[in-house]
Amino acid sequence: MSEVLVFAEHKNGHLPKTTLVALGAGLELAAKYGTKCVAVVAGDGIEEVATRVAGYGVAAVVMLEHPALKNYVADAHAQALAALVKELGVQFVLASATAVGKDLMPRLAARLGAPMASEVVAFGDEGTLIRPTYAGNALATVELSGPVKVITVRSTAFEVAAPSENAAPVRKVDAAIDPSALKTELVSFEETKSERPQLTEARIVVSGGRGLKSGENFKTVLEPLVDAMGAAMGASRAAVDAGFVPNDLQVGQTGKVVAPELYVAVGISGAIQHLAGMKDSKVIVAINKDEEAPIFSVADFGLVADLFKAVPEMVEEVKKLKQS
Amino acid sequence: MKILVPTKRVPDPATNIQVLPDGSGIATENIKWVINPFDEIAIEEALRVKERLGSGEVVLAAIGQQSWQEQLRTGLAMGADRAILVLSESALDSLGIASVLAKIAADEQPDLVIMGKQAIDDDSNQVGQMLAEMLGWPQATFASKVEIKERRCTVVREVDGGLETLAFTLPGVITTDLRLNEPRYASLPGIMKARKKELKEVPAESLGVDLTPLLKVKELRAPSKRQAGRKVASAAELVSVLHSEAKLI
Repeated sequence: MSEVLVFAEHKNGHLPKTTLVALGAGLELAAKYGTKCVAVVAGDGIEEVATRVAGYGVAAVVMLEHPALKNYVADAHAQALAALVKELGVQFVLASATAVGKDLMPRLAARLGAPMASEVVAFGDEGTLIRPTYAGNALATVELSGPVKVITVRSTAFEVAAPSENAAPVRKVDAAIDPSALKTELVSFEETKSERPQLTEARIVVSGGRGLKSGENFKTVLEPLVDAMGAAMGASRAAVDAGFVPNDLQVGQTGKVVAPELYVAVGISGAIQHLAGMKDSKVIVAINKDEEAPIFSVADFGLVADLFKAVPEMVEEVKKLKQS
Repeated sequence: MKILVPTKRVPDPATNIQVLPDGSGIATENIKWVINPFDEIAIEEALRVKERLGSGEVVLAAIGQQSWQEQLRTGLAMGADRAILVLSESALDSLGIASVLAKIAADEQPDLVIMGKQAIDDDSNQVGQMLAEMLGWPQATFASKVEIKERRCTVVREVDGGLETLAFTLPGVITTDLRLNEPRYASLPGIMKARKKELKEVPAESLGVDLTPLLKVKELRAPSKRQAGRKVASAAELVSVLHSEAKLI
C-alpha cells in the first residue's frame, strides 16, 4: 500500500533520459513518504526493456502486456493503467511530462477520479507539490487530496535514477482492456531524423530565433556552430512560426523545456514564453545585435553583435580549440 | 456538424506577471484579459470545419465569472454561433472544469469538441484529455492538422521526435497546438452581429455536478530571478571564456 507507481515510458525498447528522470523523481517521492517505488512498463513483447528498468533502484517492475499496448495510444494505455492502479492500491502515479506523459496522465486521472499536478518541479512539505505557472513567472504550491494522486514531473528538475547493483523482480501482468472501448487508430508516425543529440538530453543547446531570417540561414550559419559544439539544435517560437525549422525544435512555455549546462541563444530576443523554456540552464549565452533585447537580462555572457559575423567567427574559434 | 469549443479567459501572454507579496495570487490591475491563445486557435479551426462543410454550428463554452462575457463576445464576433457561460465564483480544478464540460456535452450532443491544449495561466494541459475520458471519446491532443471526411477525423499531432497521425470516428476531442492555424480577427460586421447572438448564463450549481476541488493552490511565489552577467567584446573572447572560465567547451 501507499506506493509510488512510475510509468516508465519507452520508445521501441529504448529508455530515454526523461524516463530515468521519472524513475529518479519516483524514488525521491517514495523516500519522502517512507514507501516503495514500483515501475510499470507497458507494451507488447517488452521483457528486455522491463528488465532494464528493474536495474534502476525500484522495488519491483510490473510488465503490463497486451497487443493493444504495442504502440502508444491514450485510450488503451489509460484503461490498462487505471486497472493496475486499482489492483495495486498505489497512492501516487507519476510520469515524465513528455508528449506521451502529457497526453496520457490527465486521461488516467479522470478515469481514476483523481486530481493531477502537471510539470511538478519539487516535492514540498506536508504533501504539497511545487509547479510553475504563468510561463514560469510564478511557482504554485499545490495540494492534492483523495486516495490516488497523479503527477507529471518536469524532466529538467529532478536527477536521473542511478543504476543499482541488484535487479528488482519483474512481474508480468496481462492488461485488462476492453477492446470495444478503443476508438483511436494510430495511422502513422513520421520521425524527424537527426544525427544530433536530443534537445531534452543534450549537454549543450544552441538555439536560433527570428534573427536568423530564414531556414536556409539555420542550415548555413547556425548548424555549423551546433555541430562544432556537439550541441542539440533548438529554436524560438518565432523561428518555428516563420517556418524556418520544424516545430519539435521549439524551446519555450508551449514547446520543450530544457536546462542544459550551456544554452546559446542566437538572434533570439527573449520573449517571456521562450525564457520559460530555458532559464534554468546552468550557463546562458546570448548573441544579439539589439543590446536592449530581454535575453541579455538572463544571460551570463552576452555578445552584442551581428550574428552573421559573430557565429562564423565562433565556429572558427571552437574548431581551433578542438584541434589544439 | 455541431462543434463545442470550451474557452478560458487568461491574462494577455505579453503581460508581465507580478505575484502578490502575500502569495494569494497575481496582481490583476493593469492586466488585459484575452481568450486563451490556444482556444482562439480552436475557435478558428471549428469555424474552418464548419465553413468547409458548408453547414454546422459552433458553440462556445466558458466556466467563470460574469465578466468572462467579454471574451465570449469576442469569440462570437469571430463567427461562433452562440455561447454558454457557466457562472462559478469559486476556483475549480481541472476535474471540476472537465465535469462541467462533460455535462454541457451531454446536453448539447456535439459531434466534436475542439479546445486549446493548455491555458497559458496555469499551464496544466489536462482538461481536454479528462473530458475525452469522461465522455468515453477518443482524443487527439496537440493537433497541427485536422481533416474530416464524412464522420472520419484524421489528426496530425506534434509529439516528441516527429509527427504522429491518429484517426477516429466522430465524436471525439481535439486539442490544438500552435501551428494548427492563424486565428482570424473579428470583423466590424462580426462584432455588430455578435451583440445579438445568444449568450446563455447558467449557474454552475444548477448542473448537478460535484465541483469540490481535489487540487488546491495554497500559495504562489515569484521564482528567484536570474542575474544578468557580463558582456563580452567579441566572438573570440566569448569562446575563450566558455573554454577557460566556464570550462564548457
